[in-house]
Amino acid sequence: MNILSLFVIIPLIMMAIIFCIKGENKSLIRVVMSVGGLALLAVSAYLTINYLKLRSGGDDSEFLFTNTPLMWFESLNIHYAVGVDGISVAMLLLSSIIVITGVFVSYAIEDKVKEYFLWFLMLSIGVFGFFISLDLFTMFLFYEVALIPMYLLIGLWGSGKKEYSAMKLTLMLMGGSAFLMVGILGIYYNSTPDGALRTFNIQEISQNVAALANSGADMSWQNIFFPLTFIGFGVLGAMFPFHTWSPDGHASAPTAVSMLHAGVLMKLGGYGCFRVAMYLMPQAASELSWIFIILTGISVVYGAFSACVQTDLKYINAYSSVSHCGLVLFALLMMNKAAMTGAILQMVSHGLMTALFFALIGMIYGRTHTRDIREMGGLMKVMPVLCVCYVIAGLASLGLPGLSGFVAEMTIFVGAFQHPDLFHRIFVILGCSSIVITAVYILRVVGKILFGPMQDPHHETLTDAVWYEKVAVFSLIFAIAAIGLCPLWLSDMISEGIENIVKIF
Amino acid sequence: MDYSNFLIMNHEISLVVVLIITLLADLIIGGNKKVFQYLALGLFTIHTVLGFTQWGSVGDETSFGGMYITSDIHSFVKNFLNLGTIFVFLFGFEWNKTENQKHCGEFYFLTLSTLLGMYLMISSGNFLLFYIGLETASIPMAALVAFNKKERESAEAAAKYVLTAAFSSGVMLFGISLIYGTCGSLYFDEVLVNFFDSPLHIMATIFFIAGLGFKISLVPFHLWTADTYQGAPTAVTAYLSVISKGSAAFALMCILVKAFSNYPDVWQSFLWWIIVITITIGNLFAIRQENLKRFLAFSSISQAGYVILGVYTGTAQGMATVVFYLFIYMFTNLAAFGVISSIENKTGRLNMDDYNGLYSTNPKLAFVMMLAMFSLGGIPIFAGFFSKFFIFAAAMREGETLLVFIALLNTVISLFYYLKVVKAMFIKTSENPIENFKSDNMTRIGLFICTLGILVLGLISPIYEYINGISFGF
Repeated sequence: MNILSLFVIIPLIMMAIIFCIKGENKSLIRVVMSVGGLALLAVSAYLTINYLKLRSGGDDSEFLFTNTPLMWFESLNIHYAVGVDGISVAMLLLSSIIVITGVFVSYAIEDKVKEYFLWFLMLSIGVFGFFISLDLFTMFLFYEVALIPMYLLIGLWGSGKKEYSAMKLTLMLMGGSAFLMVGILGIYYNSTPDGALRTFNIQEISQNVAALANSGADMSWQNIFFPLTFIGFGVLGAMFPFHTWSPDGHASAPTAVSMLHAGVLMKLGGYGCFRVAMYLMPQAASELSWIFIILTGISVVYGAFSACVQTDLKYINAYSSVSHCGLVLFALLMMNKAAMTGAILQMVSHGLMTALFFALIGMIYGRTHTRDIREMGGLMKVMPVLCVCYVIAGLASLGLPGLSGFVAEMTIFVGAFQHPDLFHRIFVILGCSSIVITAVYILRVVGKILFGPMQDPHHETLTDAVWYEKVAVFSLIFAIAAIGLCPLWLSDMISEGIENIVKIF
Repeated sequence: MDYSNFLIMNHEISLVVVLIITLLADLIIGGNKKVFQYLALGLFTIHTVLGFTQWGSVGDETSFGGMYITSDIHSFVKNFLNLGTIFVFLFGFEWNKTENQKHCGEFYFLTLSTLLGMYLMISSGNFLLFYIGLETASIPMAALVAFNKKERESAEAAAKYVLTAAFSSGVMLFGISLIYGTCGSLYFDEVLVNFFDSPLHIMATIFFIAGLGFKISLVPFHLWTADTYQGAPTAVTAYLSVISKGSAAFALMCILVKAFSNYPDVWQSFLWWIIVITITIGNLFAIRQENLKRFLAFSSISQAGYVILGVYTGTAQGMATVVFYLFIYMFTNLAAFGVISSIENKTGRLNMDDYNGLYSTNPKLAFVMMLAMFSLGGIPIFAGFFSKFFIFAAAMREGETLLVFIALLNTVISLFYYLKVVKAMFIKTSENPIENFKSDNMTRIGLFICTLGILVLGLISPIYEYINGISFGF
């Protein structure tokens, strides 16, 4: 069996097991989740090592670990086809790290544990399935599988105005996937030469499109479907002005769901933007990228400024996610190797960082019962471990060398500035300014809640992290530092994947 | 004497046999409702199984000089209509045993009569037979709608139904007479060659489709739908929304392809608008509904819009997606009605607010309802996603990007109100929730099969491929 299929099969088995366990037996469910999560992590580590081995062994086919496509719907030529390149391997590794840390963070959930983990697993299946798919149909299917559990996860286990946020998030993302479905069908029907067999396979479509372009065929269909597809994924990537679901959704979601959502699910947007929109419609991507550079440029700066004025910790982090995810799309649209590599690095780095942030915020909130930064202060004295971790996450977020954020942002801006066009350069400079603004809101929070006088006498008796919280937080910090200290293997792995994409522009 | 003409009609004949036995049995053993119902259900199940045994072996055949047509796809549609009727009987079993005790026999007899009418409608090769089928399906239906004799609403619903049905058949007859006047024949294949895009032909088509639009409850011919659905007994509402609607939609597609396919522009240009307003209005009105039966009425109006999106294409792929959509829709919508009727039988509660906190008291029913809502909203991996995707794929193939886009944006609106039901059951809490109860066995069997259908039918590709292989278009 193909190793990639394990990413879908393991969660499915876990779902089956948990389905059979009685709801009262919470500890057993948690054990199953931890074991399964570790198994997923092991598989992705194994995959990464083997991938690197194969590449260094000189295997230069575009996708590795491909299966013989399994025919599913013959009349539409839909297959179950999987395969990975360096980018998907990085995303799979990221996802499995977030999933296992998310499981540990979810130990704090006491209400309807069984249902919670079932939806959580469905979300993971969607995420993993999306990254391994090479077939547009299954890719889209997994994409939607990942979206819908969010509704119940937020609505049932969330906090604050959860019903409103859950509905807003679901409807906006489903609106995005409505754009997307038109885009995908448009690609499907227009990408083949007359009379040839239509296909949903990404690799074949890419070859067909290149052949069509070379033969001088009319490529104007791309001008309709590229924006639709890009916006469709852009909604999930929190692109301005479609980002409004993100702050509300993240603020209301339970901790682990925020982690998974900001850490992985939003990356689906960025990944889809280049794997589907740009990779399959390169002509329109070059022509129309300016529109989206403007929009994503606004996301970067606007998100950072918004974060400065928020007082709710989760809102601050959600707006910072808007800014950072905007940077991902922004860098992708520069369409050169360095910037795109930086974009993927930023996806990984932001995924880890923001997961760490949300985990810490959840833990702090669990103790102080407030997320308002005006009501907290001096927490460093009572929970030193959590607070030091918070500082580390903050430093990573504002790009301290030695942590992953620096590697990613550095690569992005160096790459992006290589673009000779004046329009692009102006926007790169604008984008750079976000680094400064990031420092403003991160340091503001750190100064306000960690140091200074204690705001609330009740906070003096708070306890520090317990074991499962430490496991989650330390493993995330380890990953962030690992990437920051030796980024080369990762960036090499990613840039190999990027090369195949850059050459078609 | 040559019986071959009759043998081709084996579906109809076997149904007539079941019908007559049911009628006689009601006279003889009608006193014992349980035995009678088992007998009727058993006979009808045998009839259904017999229908399925001819799976894939019915050739393209006609009898009575082209009056009656059958083929694999016709047989398939009749089979799944049978299946849906079985579900309706299962969900209505308890109701027939208790509230409807007096008229239990009539319920079965009338339902089967309408089914016979639908068979003829689907299989007609001539407008006259089509019209007879339509009337056979409509008139007993009016009686069924009025079955809750003590309720004024039920009578009102029936009056609305019968008046609009009569009016719509009048409109349709006018259309048919124009077709006869201009084409000189009522046989589909002769209409096909004599049909042009002259004003009179266009008018005839519009009248014809408008008449049928009443049955499928397309906007602007939908005004009877909500009141009738609300007033009718739930078993009948389920039957109306799935079986009656499905057969009419399929019949419309057959006739458009067979009789009017030389000038598709004539009907496509105004079906385009009908689709847009049907989906949109159905959705917008569904948002405001509190009564779940009215809610499902408007939801079924908008679902009909999606079906017509497939009909609109007129291609073989379009027909395959229409039949597949109806097939899935049957499982999904009947699952929803099964839950509603089982709760209504036990507690008599029908409003969305009554469902608050249902998950904590009746988790299984809430789970089935949630699956049905997700499937209606087109969420993967449930079957509804596949049927929607295929319909959109068929329409995109004809280059209808804008239409597909509008329909897709509407799925987002529809998701809003489907999620409202999920929200009520799972997220909201209630001081006075529906207490825990055990549904009767028949309902549970029905719900179990429907749930299974929702979960696996989309994933099993051979079903779609089979339908795709036997469809026809122009």
